[in-house]
Amino acid sequence: MRGITKRFGSLVANDSIDLTVEQGEIHALLGENGAGKSTLMNVLYGLLQPDEGQILLDGKPAVFHNPGDALAAGIGMVHQHFMLVPVFTVAENVMLGVERTKFLGLLDRRRARKEVLELSNRFGFALDPDALVEDIPVGIQQRVEIVKALHREASVLILDEPTAVLTPGETEDLFRIMRELKASGTSIIFISHKLKEVQEIADRITVIRRGAVVGSPPVTATDEELATLMVGRAVELKVHKDPARLAEVILEVDGLRVEDATGRAAVDGISFEVRGGEIVGIAGVQGNGQTELCEVLLGLQPVKAGTIRVAGRDLTGARTRTVLESGVSYIPEDRQEDGIVERFSVAENLVLDVYNRPPYASGLSLHLGAIADGATKRMAEYDIRATSIGMPVGNLSGGNQQKVIVARELSRDVRLLVANQPTRGLDVGSIEFVHHQIVAARDGGAAVLICSTELDEIYALADRIIVMYEGRIAGIRPPTVSIGELGLLMAGAGTSDAPVEAQPA
Amino acid sequence: MSEHTDGGDGTPVNPSVPTTARAAPESPVPESPVTATGATPAAARKGGGISAHALLNAVLEGNSAVVTFLAIVSAIVIGGLLIAFTSPVVLHAWSKVFSHPATAFSQAWTIAASAYSAMFEGSILNPHTVSAAFHGGSTAAIFNPLSETAVNATPLILSGLSVALAFRAGLFNIGATGQFIGGTMVAGWIGFAVHLPVVIHVVVAVIGGFAGGALVGWFVGDMKARTGAHEVIVTIMLNYVMEFLLLYLLGLTVFRQPGRTDPISPSVAANATLPHLAGSNLRINAGFLVALAAAGAVWWLLNRTTVGFELRTVGANPSAARSAGMSPERTWVVVMMIAGGLAGLAGASVVLGTDFQLTPQIYGTYGIDAITVALLGRASPGGVVLAALLYGSLHAGGIQMQAQTQIPVDIVTVIQALIVLFVAAPPLVREIFHLRRRGAGEGGQLLAQGWGS
Repeated sequence: MRGITKRFGSLVANDSIDLTVEQGEIHALLGENGAGKSTLMNVLYGLLQPDEGQILLDGKPAVFHNPGDALAAGIGMVHQHFMLVPVFTVAENVMLGVERTKFLGLLDRRRARKEVLELSNRFGFALDPDALVEDIPVGIQQRVEIVKALHREASVLILDEPTAVLTPGETEDLFRIMRELKASGTSIIFISHKLKEVQEIADRITVIRRGAVVGSPPVTATDEELATLMVGRAVELKVHKDPARLAEVILEVDGLRVEDATGRAAVDGISFEVRGGEIVGIAGVQGNGQTELCEVLLGLQPVKAGTIRVAGRDLTGARTRTVLESGVSYIPEDRQEDGIVERFSVAENLVLDVYNRPPYASGLSLHLGAIADGATKRMAEYDIRATSIGMPVGNLSGGNQQKVIVARELSRDVRLLVANQPTRGLDVGSIEFVHHQIVAARDGGAAVLICSTELDEIYALADRIIVMYEGRIAGIRPPTVSIGELGLLMAGAGTSDAPVEAQPA
Repeated sequence: MSEHTDGGDGTPVNPSVPTTARAAPESPVPESPVTATGATPAAARKGGGISAHALLNAVLEGNSAVVTFLAIVSAIVIGGLLIAFTSPVVLHAWSKVFSHPATAFSQAWTIAASAYSAMFEGSILNPHTVSAAFHGGSTAAIFNPLSETAVNATPLILSGLSVALAFRAGLFNIGATGQFIGGTMVAGWIGFAVHLPVVIHVVVAVIGGFAGGALVGWFVGDMKARTGAHEVIVTIMLNYVMEFLLLYLLGLTVFRQPGRTDPISPSVAANATLPHLAGSNLRINAGFLVALAAAGAVWWLLNRTTVGFELRTVGANPSAARSAGMSPERTWVVVMMIAGGLAGLAGASVVLGTDFQLTPQIYGTYGIDAITVALLGRASPGGVVLAALLYGSLHAGGIQMQAQTQIPVDIVTVIQALIVLFVAAPPLVREIFHLRRRGAGEGGQLLAQGWGS
């Protein structure tokens, strides 16, 4: 790609970007959310037309008017949000769009099935061509997308933030697949803002900031070097925090049990406490009951057994509104699904769970003036980058969407903050910001409970670490615990019957 | 190079969208039937209807005012062609198109033009009545077409608001017909069976109409909240239940006009009729004011109240609403009650304003037209009023057209259907008129309206 420029109105999303991808290499495109990575890839994939510059394929200029042209030229793309039909099988999804038909227009399902199996075996995808897409985990769905691209004979594969939705284990599998593909001569453009992953997998790195290429550091560059290049200033990768000043117990959970729809225990008799002024980090592989635990604390799941008390008040089975009004703030795991309403404005999202309280409302009547004033203040305080308070939140970058949630949840009186994966999918700058805000809430005397599958995050924030495995507490450890020991606990090995209290009360 | 900024239609392209990874949904990939599977399990778990929300999004954000206007224009043009080429005279002229081409075209033009001018005379203004008024005729006659338009629009505004309000909460109210019948039954019964003083009687009857519709709507909302029964199924089935309940009631002595054997109720008492607004010669009545007031009330409810905020949140993202401490179930019940009440008011406006009697077919096609009115009005109160006025004028004009030109009034139904077709297929309209796809800024404008700015 040579001198690609793409403008949207007055905004230059791509400013004469040059990018060269050799055959059989993994080329990482590193940049913050909103840096222009996705725009560049959408140009390459024919979704957008460049205002200037050209795309050269094997030295010959190529013009892609639509993704069909790009696909025909051997460029495949796996979007961050998968484009699969949930009720179709894997094989049907792969053949979709390039259906081969037999006599009388009947679909040649058997052949599609065979081709999927062949590709799957060749690269070790372990795909079941007959499984329904809605039944398979996200990590496997992603493989279906990759197979879809390979099936169309893609020689250049664009992976747009492929690891954002994956667990660490699934990420490892993806990397293994990427190496296999590379070995077979496929070029991969890997878009990410996760430094470690880029260092691990990339053969070459191009860093983009504000629409322009700012550097091509060697793969041996350190975290700090990459982060600085990406953000444009020195970034603290570690969170500075003073030792916790423990106050009285705020959250008491005793014998808590939550069941899923099939009656299996998702949270299985958990007991713990969180004090004011401390951050308790819940570590664990995804799907070990962390989400259910956070949701039950908020009254979003029914309590099967046990009790929940917040600041001495029994909130077992309380409605979500009661929980929120008792001084609990919540940063949900799935930002776009549970945290914001994309179609609503920034201002509306900033009052999503306080719209019925003064000063934003009295009785039935909303006070639009107070809502607008509050929003203007929060936007400045929390550095939310939006053109106006009336801008739909769906048009903001992920980092700014999360800032809206953080601003909403922390700008009121917080006794307990429950945050589930508060920095998932965020860029380095935004992670830094969110972490600072969480530590500030702790220092303000709030009890903080954080669930994270990123051990870096647990280590950076937690004053005490609880490891969850299959709905139970596998162990409680101080933040000085070794990563090896945590790993064992997360894998269910060495479940201690007598959990060690990190900081004796 | 700076002139190359955005679309030729002047729609500002939102600067931030394309810079994020979320640019893809704005791009012209044919992805509407394909759901992002990553989000599906979560949505299914929380009971959100994906397709309903997709449609809601399409209704709220899919069409710009320009597209809507062009859809109407296209429908009228095609309607004109249909009028022309179903006329025997025109067809005869076209059979000789090679010998007399001018005649063929002029015949087609004459027929279509006369049809539309008759519709105009029936719905807006008839020049003959103006000249007649100058020569000592009735001045009321000048306003008769407008009065007829308003009368036809009144129940459409109210039932359209019913569907639109439910839309905003993410619900498909296909049951305006049943709720309308509920309203006519209660309002009609209060009108002919109860005796109350002037003013009070009509007020009680109108409130009764609201209550009758609200009861039917409440049932739907309660079923959905309690059991998860889909409102589309429940409302469609309830339409049949209510239609046959009406027929059954009209078979009872209490509901039958004394001395008649056919299923027609007694006329409502004079005290219970909606007063005329412009003399007894014009049918326009207080029901029109009730409808406009209801539109204002719905706007206020949606944009200025906590209930409306909940309603819109539940409609846009039920799981975020739940996380924010709202109860989607409670909202569904409340919304369906209000929506039912609005359709019930439509019923009251008909039985107390124009028909004065319950008949087995009193519900007409109002409940179904309401859906198209709500779609055309983009589920906003103001839009619903405009759409209902358009449909009302088409109805009023259609009758005049049939009387004057013997072109069947059914052509109006065809034009209505064409409008809906074009509104439902914005890409078609864009293609016809070579419009560029809108930028993302428009959704913002709609939301900005939500803030009353």
